[in-house]
Amino acid sequence: MIKSELIDKLAEANPHLYHRDVERVVNTVLDGITDALAAGDRVELRGFGAFSVRCRPARVGRNPRTGESVAVKEKHVPFFKTGKELRERVDESRASVPELTG
Amino acid sequence: MSDKTLTRADLAEAVYQEVGLSRQESADLVQSVLTMVSDTLANGENVKLSSFGSFLLRDKRGRVGRNPKTGVEVPIEERRVLVFKPSQVLKERVDSSLSKD
Repeated sequence: MIKSELIDKLAEANPHLYHRDVERVVNTVLDGITDALAAGDRVELRGFGAFSVRCRPARVGRNPRTGESVAVKEKHVPFFKTGKELRERVDESRASVPELTG
Repeated sequence: MSDKTLTRADLAEAVYQEVGLSRQESADLVQSVLTMVSDTLANGENVKLSSFGSFLLRDKRGRVGRNPKTGVEVPIEERRVLVFKPSQVLKERVDSSLSKD
């Protein structure tokens, strides 16, 4: 499923709303999470999961081709930990839906 | 890193401010978004949200694990897990605002 399909399905389930408003809802949710992470904040959505930022410290890396040492700067990366309920549902889907799609 | 935590209520407030729906409807729609993403994943289907990231399902084989503290071997059964792969856009937003150069 891609973003436009998610918006279409939500719009279908909410026929009293304009399609463009549903689109704005989805984008506002995703932007809200993005802005929080960019500010270094966490986003905790019980049952779904938690987004946070992890700091990878600066290190001395190596060019795998030449073997040369290169300084790699500190880096902040988004991280998602799946919530308990979703983690269990996903694992249970192995039995009912053996083949992954999308 | 700051220690602020956003929740559903904050996202609902953002929807209320941005879209101009009622507070109740804004909160319901935030939940609908999460429910639809969860239901899709629980149906074995990946979810890819451009410029945000992808929620990808992975089937893991069973293996013999080890309690790192005691060294005792424990069987880890085969399972299906969810991983989030942030988009390049999200990675750059986060890194450029938090890492010093």
